[in-house]
Amino acid sequence: MKRHLLEAADLDRDDATLVLDTAAQIDQALAGREVKKLPTLRGRTVVNLFYEDSTRTRISFELAAKRLSADVINFSAKGSSVSKGESLKDTALTLEAMGADAVVVRHGASGAPHRLANWVRGSVVNAGDGTHEHPTQALLDAYTIRQRLGRLEGVRVTIVGDVLHSRVARSNVGLLHTLGAEVTLVAPPTLLPVGVGSWPAEVGYDLDAVLPKSDVVMMLRVQAERMNASYFPSAREYSRRYGLDARRMTALPDDAIVMHPGPMNRGMEIAAEVADSVRSTIVEQVANGVSTRMAVLYLLLGGSQQ
Amino acid sequence: MARSSEPARSTTPGSTSGTLFSSADVARVVDRMAHQLIERAATIDPGSADGGLSDLVLVGIPTRGAPLARRLASRIEAFTGTSVDVGTADITLYRDDLRLRGVRALEPTVLPDAGIDGRLVVLIDDVLFSGRSVRAALDALRDLGRPRSVQLAVLVDRGHRELPIKADFVGKNVPTSRSQQVKVHLAETDGVDEVLVTEEVL
Amino acid sequence: MTTYLIRGARPLGSDPADILVKDGRIAAIGDSLSATGAEVIEAAGLVALPGLVDLHTHLREPGREDAETVETGSRAAALGGFTAVHAMANTDPVADTAGVVEQVWRLGQEAGLVDVVPVGAVTVGLGGGRLAELGAMADSAARVRVFSDDGHCVSDPALMRRALEYVKAFDGVVAQHAEEPRLTVGAQMHEGDRSAKLGLTGWPAAAEEAIIARDVLLAEHVGARLHVCHVSTAGSVEILRWAKSRGVQVTAEVTPHHLLLTDECAESYDPVFKVNPPLRTDADVEALRAGLADGTIDAVGTDHAPHAVEDKESEWAQARPGMLGLEQALSVVIQTMVEPGRLDWAGVADRMSVRPAVIGRLGEHGRPLAPGEPANLVLVDPSARATVDPAALASRSRNSPYAGRELPGRVVATFLRGVPTVLDGKATK
Repeated sequence: MKRHLLEAADLDRDDATLVLDTAAQIDQALAGREVKKLPTLRGRTVVNLFYEDSTRTRISFELAAKRLSADVINFSAKGSSVSKGESLKDTALTLEAMGADAVVVRHGASGAPHRLANWVRGSVVNAGDGTHEHPTQALLDAYTIRQRLGRLEGVRVTIVGDVLHSRVARSNVGLLHTLGAEVTLVAPPTLLPVGVGSWPAEVGYDLDAVLPKSDVVMMLRVQAERMNASYFPSAREYSRRYGLDARRMTALPDDAIVMHPGPMNRGMEIAAEVADSVRSTIVEQVANGVSTRMAVLYLLLGGSQQ
Repeated sequence: MARSSEPARSTTPGSTSGTLFSSADVARVVDRMAHQLIERAATIDPGSADGGLSDLVLVGIPTRGAPLARRLASRIEAFTGTSVDVGTADITLYRDDLRLRGVRALEPTVLPDAGIDGRLVVLIDDVLFSGRSVRAALDALRDLGRPRSVQLAVLVDRGHRELPIKADFVGKNVPTSRSQQVKVHLAETDGVDEVLVTEEVL
Repeated sequence: MTTYLIRGARPLGSDPADILVKDGRIAAIGDSLSATGAEVIEAAGLVALPGLVDLHTHLREPGREDAETVETGSRAAALGGFTAVHAMANTDPVADTAGVVEQVWRLGQEAGLVDVVPVGAVTVGLGGGRLAELGAMADSAARVRVFSDDGHCVSDPALMRRALEYVKAFDGVVAQHAEEPRLTVGAQMHEGDRSAKLGLTGWPAAAEEAIIARDVLLAEHVGARLHVCHVSTAGSVEILRWAKSRGVQVTAEVTPHHLLLTDECAESYDPVFKVNPPLRTDADVEALRAGLADGTIDAVGTDHAPHAVEDKESEWAQARPGMLGLEQALSVVIQTMVEPGRLDWAGVADRMSVRPAVIGRLGEHGRPLAPGEPANLVLVDPSARATVDPAALASRSRNSPYAGRELPGRVVATFLRGVPTVLDGKATK
């Protein structure tokens, strides 16, 4: 493993598999236990440095670190020196002086974790940067797929929605490809980046054509403000062409699953009856997030510095 | 006891590498330890129908403690006709030397359905050395339940303890020097049953 | 005034000759010259070029003297072999009045290291709303001839047309920062494979090309001069080639960094590589070199853009665009154009001195190396190679994209009207 987890490309196939296997072992070790705590990272300090509000991701990392007995410091940009104009570099130097062994960073600017990694000695874990990547989300998604379908090799994953602005999509395309899955992106052309042709994924515009050939459908959140920027004419038209409703769900193969990184816009990209169906893994994804992040923290922090 | 029950060749401290146990030695030692465990179980609840074996849980410490525990259970069953619960407890996440030794892949932690609460748990490991693995296993057990008592069985005790830990069942005590390595190979993990003593290659 | 005898330099790379500099002018060029009392400069192996002229420099004064001043920027320019630089108008206050351009001009005179030629803003406050007092700036002591809202595009087509027309009255030129703003909202880097991967908002080539296409048509229609700043795409070169073939009075510049670097640099997320227009692709770099070689692109303009450390040591999106250029411009041109044989030394003189001086209407610069001409010249050692150390630069800022790169060429001496501003590679003041 590299020292930092900044993007999916930091994990080769062996590393990614090790993370998933480790998460599975942790899940098994903790299953049914009253005490869900392990002493592994006792004495280590993990800083959650969140420049964007993301309660679910922060809590997931916090729980992961605490279950490994690390000391956790939540450093939220709001109401701190950061909101008073302290630069990322000064914040990094502060964390460094405090002896952070790992910095989990969520930032609105793509590449901010890369910058941070230049300034701190500890491991940097990207918890979502701008429209770039969100590698632990991809890991938990891959873990969930493997748990449900028993494999990743050859699994046909269709990612639907605002790929252009999605860090989840970028990380998933990279990681799922690394792990042998076949990824197809489906979106209105306005929500696909110029240059998407260089990604290891098929690209299509017609959701109905792809659904019967999908083992996994991953619905991305579509933000209403995209509508105002003319990425699509209206929420209704988007939903009609790219939303996953009960009718479309019947076109999926029998054992196909439906994923969503959350938070969902019910009725927009995903209908309530789909989100709540047995195909939906949305709740499992949340639970798997904790064990996957425990695995990442263990593998990055548990060992000797190389 | 007949001489034939002793290992074929012995190795003295400071001597060069050699085979400590052959395959046949391993089988004999496992059988003897199985008998000792049966005897110990009988003391738990004298007069119980199954000789206390239903209260016994053998918990192997991966990697090689796990197959060793299964072997002991199967020998006990062969000798008594009673099956014994077996589990494994991976101690990696409980080690205190991660910083020194680096991360390693985790192995399964599996407990019998009946759990370990109130039972006699015997931890099974291949080699007892510093005692740190056993300490980590004790910590792991504490999180897994509350046994009535915990005992320790090892195939080889090579000395050099760094903690106040002592085995209750020992296949063989082998005085070694710190520079030596004791390697237990089992058919399940290594394709062959044997115990070797080697000089550490630095 | 000291007389200098430059021995054995190669004028424009030709055979060695002696150059006698006296009373601010080139007194003689020939073999075995001698002059009593002259200070001799041994220049064997050095190439003599007319002093370089930059059409595009940001000196940051007034307003951001922490990043650069007229004096520090002038010193950087002299060390880069320049004898004249055009100081862009995006200062604070903006150089949109006679008062501000005269202030910048005077600061340049006081520094005395290069001729600092102020560029006037096209629109008031660079706001793109109404024309600044272009005539007053032209008539001022600064004698402004180049007008630009650089940093911003004059995107309103009617306003651009009026500006092009209006400056004809005093033989001025509008230097357009070609960027259709509606296509570059939030743009961070070249839009392509790499922006898609890095999750940085793309700056499409079409946003530059659309404005250049529009402006060459406007310039043709009203019969005015147009200069295009920092051309960065292959498509732009094609449009310029087409426009020139039609006889449109358009000129264009390319920056050193667009001749050398590509969007691959962005993969580090190090904002030292953030610049506007952004670094493009290998194919664009190739087209720009070809355009400069065949004269479609007239000039090298540095777009020297100093930034304080805090404006660059940040997240990519928060960082200001721009990079230093004055001190390495000639080295980059040697590496990308001279060494591969795409431009000879006469070509370098043409693209870095003669043509930019003509575009800026600077009568004293970009002149031939000939007796009677002003002694604005530079001596270059083309065989020297050095690794760029930002800490050693004369600029007050450190945002050099060439840090750690080995580049060829060393400016040994620069003369401004017969006075050395650089000797032995060091600024004289």
